[in-house]
Amino acid sequence: MTAAIAQNGPAAKAAGPSASSLSDTLAKHRQELGTFAVTLPFFAYTACFLLAPTVIVVVGAFQTRDGAFTLANFSKLFEANTVSAFVTSILVSVASSVIGAVVGGLASYALVIGAKPNGLMRRMVSAISSVLAQFGGVMLAFAFIATIGINGIGTMFIKQVTGLTVNPNWLSSLPGLVTVYCYFQIPLMIIIFLPAVDSIRPQWREACESLGGNTVQYWTRVALPILAPRFISAFLLLFASAFSAYATAAALFSQRSILVPLMIQGAMRNEMDPNQQGFAQVLAFAMIVVVAVVMLLSHAVEKRAGRWQ
Amino acid sequence: MTETSTTAATGAATEASATKPPQLRAARVRKQSIIKFVILLVTLGFLFIPLFSMLIFTLRHPLSGRWSLAPWVAIFTGNGESLGADLTVLWQGLGTSLALCVVTVVIMLLLMVPTMVIVHIRSKALERAIEWVATLPLTIPAIVLVVGLGPIYRWLSADVLSTNPIWLCFAYVVLVMPFAFRAIAVGLNSIDVKTLVEASRSLGASWVKVFFRVIIPNLWQSILSASFISIAVVLGEYTVASLLGRMNLQVALYQLGQSNSQISTAMSLLALLFGVVLLVALDLISDAMRKSKEN
Repeated sequence: MTAAIAQNGPAAKAAGPSASSLSDTLAKHRQELGTFAVTLPFFAYTACFLLAPTVIVVVGAFQTRDGAFTLANFSKLFEANTVSAFVTSILVSVASSVIGAVVGGLASYALVIGAKPNGLMRRMVSAISSVLAQFGGVMLAFAFIATIGINGIGTMFIKQVTGLTVNPNWLSSLPGLVTVYCYFQIPLMIIIFLPAVDSIRPQWREACESLGGNTVQYWTRVALPILAPRFISAFLLLFASAFSAYATAAALFSQRSILVPLMIQGAMRNEMDPNQQGFAQVLAFAMIVVVAVVMLLSHAVEKRAGRWQ
Repeated sequence: MTETSTTAATGAATEASATKPPQLRAARVRKQSIIKFVILLVTLGFLFIPLFSMLIFTLRHPLSGRWSLAPWVAIFTGNGESLGADLTVLWQGLGTSLALCVVTVVIMLLLMVPTMVIVHIRSKALERAIEWVATLPLTIPAIVLVVGLGPIYRWLSADVLSTNPIWLCFAYVVLVMPFAFRAIAVGLNSIDVKTLVEASRSLGASWVKVFFRVIIPNLWQSILSASFISIAVVLGEYTVASLLGRMNLQVALYQLGQSNSQISTAMSLLALLFGVVLLVALDLISDAMRKSKEN
């Protein structure tokens, strides 16, 4: 409602002295009101289910039990196990994003260069990728338990062929978690990065060659500098997706809170404990900050990349 | 294994040199196609091994080593007694998730389509604002959102609605918004909405008529793809449901996985297969869109 009144202001001021311009502005004004009325449900809905939860998180992070302002909640952020959860989370996200970005980037290159633009292989891989990139959560945990869990097919295969026993806890170790995360990171990278590789024109390579450049020079001087911003922004998106992933880790580790999302889960379950007051909100707030910084960086890099499009 | 891969590699190489992409010198084609083949083989191998393991896992009992179709029989007959598993939780979760798909898609379409169409015609500034809001859930992860949704849902279930898991749809609409927005925006940008609207308005059509008889028929492909991606997201959702203590397909799969991992792995494979079908359909739709745009 307030916005409607606010819109009223400039329109009324713009209404000049002459009568015809008055009716014009009135018509325009009515149109604006109509537009606003149609968009109202959207904004009202997002205010209730997107803005309100975010505000609850941010306000809750700064509140004591009786609602007074405090910064004390943040002291928990610097406790040893919280810091180590953040370090682990960031480590796992960076490692899985680096592997995902490199492997996914190479795969996109392999799919595009020297292939028909709409070939079967490419369409098949990109369709599978878009499924697997969404394939997070519990099902992904099952897939890896079936592969290298205690009774996994891979575990048995390795034992029969080489006689080695895979450590049954490998999946809940950090390298194991990184491997599991790579499973959705690589397809995600393929989806994000394919359009970037598409934008590389074969003429650039021809131009490079006719000017006497060799393969190494083409890659280091032409292709990589052009792809770099898109690659970095894709890497940042992968980081954000790994950092905020919850379901897979929750299904793999039922008790240990070694990642930030798992710690939030623990804090939410113990909300009645006075020692935990505001802890879930503080953790969630810190996650928003990390992801927001990463997203802003990604937008900034993308803008740079925009110059080449 | 090595034999087949080398024959396949030479096959790929001959095929590549036969089609001779214009940008490559023939001398380089062969070498490049081998590199390409190795990269794709390794990547696809990594992606397919877990899926293959899942399939074997459902067929071979992990402890006794007996091969049987029992988990699949249990799912398709709806009777898990032969494996000592109670499937009621699974059906309950599946039913909830399917209902959630329908309700979420309906709310999402009602909320997004009219809004996006009108701002696309009328106001560039509002369109940018809506884009910003709709893609915001990418920056605010579900695990963060659920911390704030907790109090809201406590209030909703105690004072306004019930604890029925169907009300998760309100949160799910927010989760699918970024994907739905992109799908619909692609459609809006590919047709000239403004001219269509002006033409039909000047021919005397009412706004309602313009919307249902002109805009929707031109946008149906993006509406369909927005719905499909929303269904895929809702079917895979675990975070919000489990932390708010509601039952849906993923929560049921997790619970069942504690007692009978074979059945829940089989069900996961089925859900994945359904996802593949949905997204391949999506690919075909976007392909059709591209073609109709070219013509």
